[in-house]
Amino acid sequence: MSEYILETKNLGISFGGLKAVQDVNLKIKKNELYGLIGPNGAGKTTVFNMLTGVYKPTTGSFMLDGEDITGKTPIDINKKGIARTFQNIRLFSNMSVIDNVLVGMGNRSSCNLFESIFRLPRYWSTEKELRAGARELLRVFGLDEERRTVASNLPYGKQRKLEIARALATNPKLLLLDEPAAGMNPQETAELTETIRFVRDNFDMTVLLIEHDMSLVSKLCDELTVLNFGTTLAHGKVEDVLNDPEVVRAYLGE
Amino acid sequence: MKKPSNFKLKYIINYILVLALFIPTAIMGFTGSIKGSSALLLTQIAYSMVLAVSLNLVVGFLGELSLGHAGFMCVGAYIGCFCANYMHAVIPSKLAVLVISMLIGGISAAVFGLIIGLPCLRLKGDYLAIVTLAFGEIVRTVFMNQPVFGGALGLTTQKYGKLLYIIAFVMVLFTVFVSQNLMRSKHGRAIQSIRDNEIASRAMGVNVTYYKLIIFVISAFFAGVAGVIYGHNTTPVDYSFFSFNYSIEILVMVVLGGMGNISGSIISAAVLTFINVKLQTQLSGDLAALKQLIYALILIVMVMWNNAPALRGIREKVNIRSLIDFFTEKVLKKQETAPEGGIDPPASASWDKIPTKIPMDAILSTDITPDNPYEADAPKKEEKR
Amino acid sequence: MINTLINGLCLGGIFALIALGYTMVYGIAKMLNFAHGDIIMVGAYAILTTLSLTGLTVPAVVVAVVVCTLLGIVTEKVAYRPLRGASPLAVLITAIGVSYLLQSVAQLVYGTKSRSISIGNFGTVEFFGVSISVSSLITLGLCLVIMVGLTLFINKTRIGCAMLAVSEDRGAAQLMGINVNGIITLTFAIGSALAAFASMCYLMQIPSVTPTLGSMPGIKAFTAAVIGGIGSIPGAMIGGILLGVIEKLALSVPALAPYTTAIEFGLLIVILLVKPTGLLGKKTREKV
Repeated sequence: MSEYILETKNLGISFGGLKAVQDVNLKIKKNELYGLIGPNGAGKTTVFNMLTGVYKPTTGSFMLDGEDITGKTPIDINKKGIARTFQNIRLFSNMSVIDNVLVGMGNRSSCNLFESIFRLPRYWSTEKELRAGARELLRVFGLDEERRTVASNLPYGKQRKLEIARALATNPKLLLLDEPAAGMNPQETAELTETIRFVRDNFDMTVLLIEHDMSLVSKLCDELTVLNFGTTLAHGKVEDVLNDPEVVRAYLGE
Repeated sequence: MKKPSNFKLKYIINYILVLALFIPTAIMGFTGSIKGSSALLLTQIAYSMVLAVSLNLVVGFLGELSLGHAGFMCVGAYIGCFCANYMHAVIPSKLAVLVISMLIGGISAAVFGLIIGLPCLRLKGDYLAIVTLAFGEIVRTVFMNQPVFGGALGLTTQKYGKLLYIIAFVMVLFTVFVSQNLMRSKHGRAIQSIRDNEIASRAMGVNVTYYKLIIFVISAFFAGVAGVIYGHNTTPVDYSFFSFNYSIEILVMVVLGGMGNISGSIISAAVLTFINVKLQTQLSGDLAALKQLIYALILIVMVMWNNAPALRGIREKVNIRSLIDFFTEKVLKKQETAPEGGIDPPASASWDKIPTKIPMDAILSTDITPDNPYEADAPKKEEKR
Repeated sequence: MINTLINGLCLGGIFALIALGYTMVYGIAKMLNFAHGDIIMVGAYAILTTLSLTGLTVPAVVVAVVVCTLLGIVTEKVAYRPLRGASPLAVLITAIGVSYLLQSVAQLVYGTKSRSISIGNFGTVEFFGVSISVSSLITLGLCLVIMVGLTLFINKTRIGCAMLAVSEDRGAAQLMGINVNGIITLTFAIGSALAAFASMCYLMQIPSVTPTLGSMPGIKAFTAAVIGGIGSIPGAMIGGILLGVIEKLALSVPALAPYTTAIEFGLLIVILLVKPTGLLGKKTREKV
């Protein structure tokens, strides 16, 4: 148990000698809504990719709830407790809404291959539990009605919600949301803000958020880190950071 | 306890399809009123069903193109029948010999499935297809040159007798049982998620390596079993049968029946095998070419119909489900009662209904690019503090 | 032994020519044209037909080039372009379908029996006591010329540059105003024209035409392209020659001869495991 759910120490990565991200130090407390912002190309998604094991960091390390998980595979990191959504929605497009969530819940079931194929009692009990859990999750997100719809047929806003629900289904300690409000109108964004806050409160969740929509960020986040050209420009409480002249200059230019 | 409403048609339709063919012909067989040629045909239909369903596991559910299915069949046929030839001297019961040799054939093919699956883990679609094709050819060449397996003349096997098809159909039922139960479980969902979006699948904790291997192994197992059945149905077991062309024929069955559609595979396997055999008697060179032409057109048309982005609109309107809905509406004349007046639905609900499908991919982004040309530098060793 | 090597070189030249076509299409359009080998077969029949009609070699080759190029363009427009953006699996299956289609049509039109053809006997030439057939020299020479020509074309001309752009990043190329559709069609056209030359060289060495003529050489040439590094033009040449030499070597050893095909495909699998990008291939990050 650690004071911080996520702590990164000088996290950095270089590609062919070019330092894409360097010396990123994040300290995120439990139940915080933490924002990672910065101009395009600053390296925010790269940080996410390192935190979820898609890339191995070149330098530095990070710890989840006190445990060093640097360099683990995406599968292991998910099992340890980090789940994410993607900038370009990555749903399982040919599968139904509930199946998408059920995939996320897969690791909660201990039913092995033999038991599943031969439909032993363990299959029935775990399957019932999984389905009940999935439906509950969908109900909370208002997606239960469409649980049999194929995921790619959902409207955009609901696809986003489904992606978040699916990530939550993996029972994480930390939820990474990569530009969840991208492509949304003000109405959908307001709903999303509520959804994220709801998730934090009801799922005892910590959320790390990449976002460009400053109104969302200022309404939602407790603390921010600003990245620019792969390095930390500023970090701290939302009001302080957003009023920092350096930050303003980075976004708006001279 | 299972509620009665769990008893849905879709869970048993596949068994019904198989039994519809199996039960009448089994009865005919036991009463002795079945012809030898019909029995041969039925066995062929049976192992074609096994092949189609097992290939569908890899192609339709996992989403990878395996062009070496005939190769697995070849392994099973040779090894299984070879063992059967020896067992006949030792074990009196023909049935036992058959079952054991099917197991041996299946397991040996499964081992090969593992061997070929391991390198395929790192390969993408095109390369994987070629590797499976290469594997099929290698297997064929190797077996063809072993004198112990009969060399170029093939492996002679004991003719089995008319009731082979009954065992074969039992095997079909088992194949359906395993495939269906596998796919309707958390494992099946995991496998399909790999097909739909492998990166997201990994991010959700799905053990991709394990599942890819499992599917290859199970698919190969059933191909091997089918090979043993074939080997007992046809003698000699001839290496030239297990060609790349046969792998394509099985692929056509899968594509025609619908990828990921077990019922479709069962039906198309039966239909295509039937047509094939019936035409065989009249197959001169020309008809063989015509058959190939039709198969080719089936492949192209089916794939384009199901996959071309431009046809998406038409596809959504014209498919089995919508046709059923259309009929139930027109025929049953269901009236939809308009909701009574009352509270307006909240404003946000109307936004939800607008299908906004903004193609985010069209916008340059810094998302995960699988074909990132730049290698990340290796992790530097931590300096001791 | 020397003879085996020379034979290998000759066979390799044919593989190299075919592999060049494969590698071009794969490198730029990012798809495996399964039907490439069968385009060669069509070219061979075109040469056969023209020769039997006119008896003249040069027009036969010209006709073959025209026919093949047109076939390549039509295939791209009808079978592959509608599937742009669909899953790679779909494109692959369609390509197999096209390959089968070409074979069956050829069979319906010309029958399954092999037709012999005589493209002209140029005799042999002596080099340091080793005789090598002129047709092999033509094949190898053509290979070199095409390889150099293609490399110059890709690197020095504007269209070639556009092709490189499309192969690197199709989306960005489109945003830069490059006519991606046109480039891809051109790629198929060039690849298919190369196939016509390959069929000419093939017939010079193996003077018989059957509908399945393209199938095996096509797969083997793909193997060669992968060994040399798919997407790399010199790689295709090196891979082709290497494979030809290996095949002839294996055939010359009695113990190995029956396993020749297995050895070639085994080599493919080994290369894909050890160095997936091939001998000269560009290092692309393998998808995790």
